[in-house]
Amino acid sequence: MNKTLNQKAWYFVIPVFVLVAFNAAVPLMTVVNYSFQETFGSNVFAWEGTRWFKEILHSERFHASLGRQVIFTFIILLIQLPLGIGIALTMPKKGWGVPVCLILMSMPLLIPWNVVGAMWNIFALPDIGFLGNSLNSIGFDYNFTQQSGDAWFTTILMDVWHWTSLVVLLSYAGLNSIQPAYYQAAEIDGASRWDIFRYIELPKMKKVLTLAILLRFMDSFMIYTEPFVLTGGGPGNATNFLSLDLVKMALGQFDLGPAAAMSLIYFLIVLLICWIFYTIMMKDEGRA
Amino acid sequence: MSLELKEVEKKVGIETHIHTTNLKLEKNTINVLLGSTLAGKTTLMQIMAGLDKPTTGEIWFNGKNVTGKEVQKRNCSMVYQQFINYPNFTVYENIASPLKITGIKSDEIKERVGKVAELLKLSAMLNKKPDELSGGQQQRTALARALVKDSDLILLDEPLANLDFKLREELREELPKLFEDRDCIVVYATTEPQDALMIGGNTATLLEGKVIQYGKTLDVYSKPENLTSAKVFSDPPMNTAEINKKGETFKIDNNNVEWKSNLKIKDGRYKIGIRPHNITTYQEGNNSVEINAKVLISELSGSESLIHFTNGKLNWVSLSNGIQSKNIGEETKLYMNIDEFLYFDQNNRLVNHG
Repeated sequence: MNKTLNQKAWYFVIPVFVLVAFNAAVPLMTVVNYSFQETFGSNVFAWEGTRWFKEILHSERFHASLGRQVIFTFIILLIQLPLGIGIALTMPKKGWGVPVCLILMSMPLLIPWNVVGAMWNIFALPDIGFLGNSLNSIGFDYNFTQQSGDAWFTTILMDVWHWTSLVVLLSYAGLNSIQPAYYQAAEIDGASRWDIFRYIELPKMKKVLTLAILLRFMDSFMIYTEPFVLTGGGPGNATNFLSLDLVKMALGQFDLGPAAAMSLIYFLIVLLICWIFYTIMMKDEGRA
Repeated sequence: MSLELKEVEKKVGIETHIHTTNLKLEKNTINVLLGSTLAGKTTLMQIMAGLDKPTTGEIWFNGKNVTGKEVQKRNCSMVYQQFINYPNFTVYENIASPLKITGIKSDEIKERVGKVAELLKLSAMLNKKPDELSGGQQQRTALARALVKDSDLILLDEPLANLDFKLREELREELPKLFEDRDCIVVYATTEPQDALMIGGNTATLLEGKVIQYGKTLDVYSKPENLTSAKVFSDPPMNTAEINKKGETFKIDNNNVEWKSNLKIKDGRYKIGIRPHNITTYQEGNNSVEINAKVLISELSGSESLIHFTNGKLNWVSLSNGIQSKNIGEETKLYMNIDEFLYFDQNNRLVNHG
């Protein structure tokens, strides 16, 4: 049989190409474009090579905000994961308590991010906010707008409030997928509660926890809206995280070249960490 | 050694899961709990193990009342339909896990695990993790875990249900041998009559939370006390009909099928139960009677042929050896082996004992 050459099928792929181009490739390439050039406005560009990259990588300002970002994300993961798993373990598995808990847990996730920021800003105000006022009235010298420790405390508390639910919901789903027979088998063996957690629940939750860590890492590493509304990066630069700093550089100072270079470095860091983490976690998978 | 359920009843809310049950299982026996899904097999096992408490009634083990005793203190083990192993442990660690908790010396653990692994053909896989094994090997690991402990009571809850046909056959043959020289009571739950026949021992037929009959497997099969027990112990389902006896003539109601037999029972109305494999496309036994059949469905199952057919208002199933191809709608003749008929009275009790 003679095959006639017909490549019309490619036309069907065009819409996808166009879509991907507009939502990923074109914006990203624009940033790449800026990162290698100097802009003088009115669309005049000059080639700068890798100058902005070198500048950013050696800039103390970048090091400082990257450091803050890493510490913030680390603390967030350290609090939210154990807390989330812990809450999931105590949630009921059947009865009317299930929908109640699930709805309560989902609530923070449904609130727009800038609203969360605004809520916590007002909530924590030292003079009129419930939290700020209460803390001060019981003797703490609390003022998140002026003391950097307080600003960190408030930002972390806000993020824990906003996002722990995600870990809870994922862990809960993971826990619920464990067949009751596993618990019975462990009971027959005489395993303790800790053994059950360590040898059954944790291994069985591995996949959802990997997902939870990845999501929480990415989101907290790229956090912008909530601290922008809550502290605006202050006091001083105390809570000036990477994306806040980036926006200040790009839109505040209009240093488009360095900001573009910083964006790309930022993007590569996130990509790299996610990839390393995922590879390590999934090393044992896929053999079955 | 014996396990005895005395007047055991289990209620959950207003539902009765197990109706009042009396059952005595003796030492060194394999006991099959045979019944469809939701017949109460698992609940009964959990009560036996102590994973669940009966609402009323008592459980006696070795002449002692153990009703409230926790499962950890009862020295029993259980194998489930799903392959339950610790996901992060190797096969060796999995098998050793029940021993480690009891604090046995590591030399002894090694020896015992080695023995059981050999028995279950796992010696080559001791360093693998469960998810690297086939389903059959995973279930073998679970079985090894149950055996290594020298339990007094071993409960197997449909252990072969999730295996494919070939592995199931293989393991089913091995199972009775595994328990041969062990000092324990084995309870084996299954939905398949075939399993019970292959395993032998004793069988309890269950329906809707009631133990219908308990006795030697072959006795329960060939002499079911009543129609319900016969139905539970028949797959494909048993063919039944209302019949009328007059002299030596037996006639199916509203139908022209009739046969003669010198069975010594009073004239009157009875129910007949005929297992599908006693209706065949060829004559079997010395006394067979023809039946006209219109083929509804004809299907092969392994090396057997299943023919669903109608005759008047009867809608029956026949099971013949070999490949017997019939066309749908075809009119054909089948042969029923009269000697194997089961007759029940109007209260569904068997009347032709042995």
